[in-house]
Amino acid sequence: MAVFNLNINGKQHEVDVDPSTPMLWVLRDHLDLVGTKFGCGIAQCGACTILVNGLATRSCITFVDSVGDKEITTIEGLSENGDHPLQKAWIEEDVPQCGYCQSGQIMNAAGLLNANPSPSDEEIEMAMHGNICRCGTYTRIKKAIKAAANS
Amino acid sequence: MTTVKTKLDRRSFIRSSALAGGGLLLTFSWLAPACTTDSPKQLTMPDEWYELNGFLKIGNNGAVTIMSPNPEIGQNVKTSMPMIVADELDIDWKFVMVEQAPLNTDIFTRQLAGGSQSIRQGWNGLRMAGATARRMLREAAAHEWKVPVDEITTEAGVLYHTGSGKEAGYGEMASAAAELTVPEEVELKDIKDFTIIGTSRKNVDGPKIVTGKPLFGLDYKAEGMVIAMIEHPPAFGMKLKSFDATEAKAMPGIIDVFAIKTYNDDYEWQWSDVTSFTELVAVVGKSTWEVMNAKLMLNVEWEPIADDNAQGVPVGKENTTDHYKKMEEAAANSSRERRRDGNPEEAFKNAAKVIERTYTAPFQAHNPMEPMNFFADVKDDFAQLAGPTQTPEFMENTVAARLGLPLEKVDVQMTRMGGGFGRRLYGHFMVEAAVISQKVKAPVKLIYSREDDMSYGIYRPAYHALYRAALDADNNLIGFHVRMGGIPDSPLHANRFPAGSVDNYLAESFSVDTNISTGAFRAPGSNFNAVAEQSFLDEVAEAAGKDPIQFRLDLLKRAQENPVGSNNDYDAARYAGVLEQVREKSGWDTNSEGKSRGVAAYFCHNSYVANVVDIANKDGEPVIEKVYASVDCGIVVNPDAAVNMTEGSIVDGIGHAMYSGLTFSEGQPEQNNFDMYRLIRHGEAPKEIEVHFVENNIDPTGLGEPPYPPVMGALANALYKANGERYYHQPFVKNSIG
Ligand code: FES
Ligand code: FES
Repeated sequence: MAVFNLNINGKQHEVDVDPSTPMLWVLRDHLDLVGTKFGCGIAQCGACTILVNGLATRSCITFVDSVGDKEITTIEGLSENGDHPLQKAWIEEDVPQCGYCQSGQIMNAAGLLNANPSPSDEEIEMAMHGNICRCGTYTRIKKAIKAAANS
Repeated sequence: MTTVKTKLDRRSFIRSSALAGGGLLLTFSWLAPACTTDSPKQLTMPDEWYELNGFLKIGNNGAVTIMSPNPEIGQNVKTSMPMIVADELDIDWKFVMVEQAPLNTDIFTRQLAGGSQSIRQGWNGLRMAGATARRMLREAAAHEWKVPVDEITTEAGVLYHTGSGKEAGYGEMASAAAELTVPEEVELKDIKDFTIIGTSRKNVDGPKIVTGKPLFGLDYKAEGMVIAMIEHPPAFGMKLKSFDATEAKAMPGIIDVFAIKTYNDDYEWQWSDVTSFTELVAVVGKSTWEVMNAKLMLNVEWEPIADDNAQGVPVGKENTTDHYKKMEEAAANSSRERRRDGNPEEAFKNAAKVIERTYTAPFQAHNPMEPMNFFADVKDDFAQLAGPTQTPEFMENTVAARLGLPLEKVDVQMTRMGGGFGRRLYGHFMVEAAVISQKVKAPVKLIYSREDDMSYGIYRPAYHALYRAALDADNNLIGFHVRMGGIPDSPLHANRFPAGSVDNYLAESFSVDTNISTGAFRAPGSNFNAVAEQSFLDEVAEAAGKDPIQFRLDLLKRAQENPVGSNNDYDAARYAGVLEQVREKSGWDTNSEGKSRGVAAYFCHNSYVANVVDIANKDGEPVIEKVYASVDCGIVVNPDAAVNMTEGSIVDGIGHAMYSGLTFSEGQPEQNNFDMYRLIRHGEAPKEIEVHFVENNIDPTGLGEPPYPPVMGALANALYKANGERYYHQPFVKNSIG
């Protein structure tokens, strides 16, 4: 066990965990930030996506001891009032079905828009390739990302 | 105006649930404001709630809470079921809050997510609940204003009496209405007077989903809760022999390691129970990561199961290669006749042309994005469970029997489900969680890893079908023969189209036993039938030199005007209706030049769907440019959500036909995570999907499953146009990962 001071959603959080603990479980089990989802545990589904210094990152393979003082953003911290352009577009397009993958989709899209504010369809498809939606909401996700990019 | 007998009485009052009200819940809130576009802050909480019946309560300020009785699995019933109540109540949707109902069979019927039946079977009860409450509010106002009840009208949550000019909000009359006797009969609205049904309303959980609020079983947390995982046999046909937990127990954060039995020895299994792995090793600890690590340190010995069990499940470790051989053998040797019209043998003997094709499909894992999990807190005299289940009622029975508690001492709460597709009909994980909680005497959340989830599946069966068609010299279809089976059961629906449209028809089925657990998977049986049959009909139409839509329409015309046999379980006119609509909307007759398009139509779960798929060739790779869908599911309750469901089914159908399959080696699934098991991803989805609904006033039928099967057939037929190849074996893309 070791103590880590983490910068999450603009706040300092202290956790005492095994250094090999993935950020996914630090967030979910130790900090009650359960918006970041568990889907595969091996970086294949994107459900666990967070931003690390603005970069979309799979938290299931990001060990807590690798984070240092980097800025972590989770779905809970993407905006204060749930009104990030992506969140608004997601509501407007009524994207979710079961909804389980959607926080990961939104966080991955946020990483994409940070790097590329107006992505083409192909760029969206490429960037979102690692995020599975088992319910098949891909066409709506694309629409929502484009709407957010244009807003 | 329709008048219906009410079935609500005082017993129908909401049972206040220990979980919903108590201190156990830390983070969960079951309430969701219905209106997501206006600021939800508009909806203030009332000082007092009045229960008018089990489905709804009205606040003194006019706010309304409507219970959503059925499990929410992504089919959006948590929005559409309350919409039905709200419409009959005649309330403005923005005053509505939705609450997931607890399992309560005194009030609610069929609290189950399966068979695309929630709306179809809920329709009358939901309307009645809203109409009953509206009637009671009108009676309360009539009494207060001393005027006849028939003179009281309502609009958007306000009661009016035109003669006296009086008016009052529902909130003002709610307390008086709650005192009244429930009327024995109520009037339902005319369909033309619906104000909410038929209008698009956004997902009531949308704001919580996009902000990451706790909603799902996996998000559930309670005071003092510990985490558990299970280790199950690595292969079907094996069981626990012994285990050494010394190392695992010594791992940090581990509380206990022990073996559990899912069922008591004398327990009589019901359909939603699973019997493949009934003895497991449970690891319990303080946090998920610690438990995952300890699980790796388990030393477990497994052994082959020696005897067939009482249910006739065979012993042995099975292999995919044998599976296909066994199905071929069974097809040839042990097929049983299910329907016969005319003289099919004679028709085939006299045929000018006979077309014969074989189709196969593999086992598939459901893979909902949220892995199996459940919360259980079992005390000596009471058990509380919460989590994702499609069959809370059935599983409550199993849990009660296993724990030796009376049914009323077991409480099941339904969380939102991260998908299910049939997987969560089989709730062995609920029993496992309960047994573990009982043993460790603490609230437990049981979590499956993705590997656990995929290798302890209740898989879509593997299927095999032989189709034969006989054409006469004028290219008329004079004989049709289908022989269809699977492991462990046949997907055949002997009385579905084209039965009823061909004079000489033979349908046969066969089955092969297995010890691999299988069960319902989105549109059971139909998810294979539609692909095989609709690809086959495409080839038959081609051999007959006919347009594939016209060919089907001609058969349906026959089935409508002069049907063969009497048990045809589809409505030929509605079937033809979706084909005609998709023909028109896709410009099939006018706009097909230069396009690689395929068509298919299918009927299942009481609804009709037709698709046209357009494929373009991009650098030698087929790209799905556009999919058209025409859907007849009766009255559409929530149109945009229905479009979403149809789009999702189309993506899902394409994905499973193209990429997904599970293979076995020595009883062991060869894929156990998404690096090995391929699911459709963003770039592989159609670039565009256009959905149309046939407008009619037929009571609504299902939509969770019907749009899933036919697109696979339309896809196969479009691929043929694009590259000249027919696709007989799923998945169409071989060795797609590795
Ligand atoms: S859980 Fe991290 S990518 Fe799937
Ligand atoms: S909405 Fe269900 S997995 Fe994406």
